[in-house]
Amino acid sequence: MQPNHASGPASRLAARRLTISYTHRTVVRELDLEIPDGSFTVLIGPNGCGKSTVLRALARVLKPSGGEVFLDGTPIAGLPSRHVARTVGLLPQAPITPDGITVAELVARGRYPHQGPLRRESPEDRRVVERCLEQTGIGDLAARPMAELSGGQRQRAWIAMALAQDTELLLLDEPTTYLDLAHQMDVLDLCARLHRDGRTVVAVLHDLNQAARYATHLIAMRDGAILAAGPPATTLTADLVQQAFDLPARIIEDPESGTPLVIPRVHR
Amino acid sequence: MSRLVTAGVTASRRRPVLVGVGCVVLALGIALASLEPGSLFTSMTSADVFVFEQLLLPRVLIALLAGASLALSGAVFQSLTRNPLGSPDVLGFTQGAATGALVGVTVLGGATLVVAGSAWIGAVASAALVYLIARRGGVTGGPRLVLVGIGVAAMLGGVNDYLITRANISDAAQAALWITGSLDGSTWSGVVLLAAAAAILMPPLILASRALRIFEMGEDLAVGLGLRTELLRLSALAAAVVLAATAASQTGPVAFVALCAPHVARRLTRASGPNLVPSALVGAVLLVAADWLARYAIPDRELPVGAVTGLLGGGYLAFLLAQQRRTGRI
Ligand SMILES: Nc1ncnc2c1ncn2[C@@H]1O[C@H](COP(=O)(O)OP(=O)(O)OP(=O)(O)O)[C@@H](O)[C@H]1O
Ligand SMILES: [Mg+2]
Repeated sequence: MQPNHASGPASRLAARRLTISYTHRTVVRELDLEIPDGSFTVLIGPNGCGKSTVLRALARVLKPSGGEVFLDGTPIAGLPSRHVARTVGLLPQAPITPDGITVAELVARGRYPHQGPLRRESPEDRRVVERCLEQTGIGDLAARPMAELSGGQRQRAWIAMALAQDTELLLLDEPTTYLDLAHQMDVLDLCARLHRDGRTVVAVLHDLNQAARYATHLIAMRDGAILAAGPPATTLTADLVQQAFDLPARIIEDPESGTPLVIPRVHR
Repeated sequence: MSRLVTAGVTASRRRPVLVGVGCVVLALGIALASLEPGSLFTSMTSADVFVFEQLLLPRVLIALLAGASLALSGAVFQSLTRNPLGSPDVLGFTQGAATGALVGVTVLGGATLVVAGSAWIGAVASAALVYLIARRGGVTGGPRLVLVGIGVAAMLGGVNDYLITRANISDAAQAALWITGSLDGSTWSGVVLLAAAAAILMPPLILASRALRIFEMGEDLAVGLGLRTELLRLSALAAAVVLAATAASQTGPVAFVALCAPHVARRLTRASGPNLVPSALVGAVLLVAADWLARYAIPDRELPVGAVTGLLGGGYLAFLLAQQRRTGRI
């Protein structure tokens, strides 16, 4: 099949003229979006601007009222659901913890798209679950009920579940909420490692400095539209912070990483 | 580490098996006790043989099958509505079945077969109505289903009250007994019907356990994991409603078995997920035990089995929910 250079998206995951409405309110209008292959893309923007909405549409959890999401050049709506689930993983912002579930069981549920209707857990499934528990540093919590964990431990179990889905594209909605600073860094380092190993990672983050430090591609949103997209070094400017958040700020160089560091101005 | 993972998964798999075995033993034990085995060893008159073969045996078998069917259906509903108070009643099931039965008694003459058939139609029709109203843009949110169900149940309740006020005393009493739930009319054809429904509908529902487990994690995650949630919701709801309606056509909508058995099962197995098989087994135990009590609790006076399950099941459920509330669950 000839790729269509005129209108076909260049990257594996992209959206064209995406319009998304909840009951009667249109939240995202005619959005064009490109997730560069092999990137660590970070979505930033104020509360309620539509970051989660876009992420959910990219994972086909939400049906857009207009436009299309493309996965590998094909409209995602027409692809078999299991194929999509093996290619794109989504960790929602507020997942529901089932009653009485242990950490290991939760993580094992990430293997669902890899199992047949009758097939139980394979040795491969078990290996992946173990690896994901290890990677998120919760191996010793495996047998504990989720209900008895701290918020941060629970969040890491959810990340492990998303990892266990073992997809080449991974969408994480605010993976660092509830985590202490050290564990935030752990999760971002883990994302960076996954990205280095060849995966495409998309994350919503609220900490602009972390976004600037870890992202290879930054997308800034406001009111359901994209304000700017590109490498953090050139994209994250004082102007952008003002436009996106109405926040006067200075940008200096992060002495540790050389990436932009956002310093909000003191209100007088 | 690897041991811990295995422990985390298998610890929760051994208990359900133990609970299942325990339930089977208990159900069969009570069933045997209900069959009054003492009389088998003494010389039986032909009247005794008739009572045993045509009344007692079908009655116990129907109790086992209907209990399991109602409970399994309740467990599926709790899973699909992601609501611990889910049961076929969420879709106006009891009220719909009652409307059907009342029409059967007051309008269509009240023959057992007619009442069973019209109750079945009433239950399935009200469930279908609720589903269609709640469906919007191809999606049926769990909460929307519950809310529409409450509305339709209230309307049907009004219809039922009207039908009862219009009925003569004996019709009204027959209908009231049917609605409470009773195993009195148990026949072999009822046994065959329930066994057939169980054989056709239970295996696919039990196979859907894995999908239901994923479904319980919320719409976003379930769809993200590749589950076709609307298809699962429609097919599992339909199978569960038909299973419960078939059971109820023989026994009446025996109160609380569907709501209560899954909670007891979960409490016993301490396993996550829909717990379908343990729920069905607990339901079977619950109904034969309730029937045994209904016949022997008060000497020389038989209670309708629905009154017993209502008292027992309702009491236990209140205790259970109050306790879970205290420990911060639910
Ligand atoms: N299920 C829903 N029904 C109706 N409106 C919704 C729903 N979910 C989100 N919205 C609205 O859509 C808009 C975008 O929401 P979204 O969750 O995408 O924001 P967000 O950028 O992820 O915000 P946050 O940073 O707070 O997570 C908001 O105005 C929100 O009120
Ligand atoms: Mg969000």
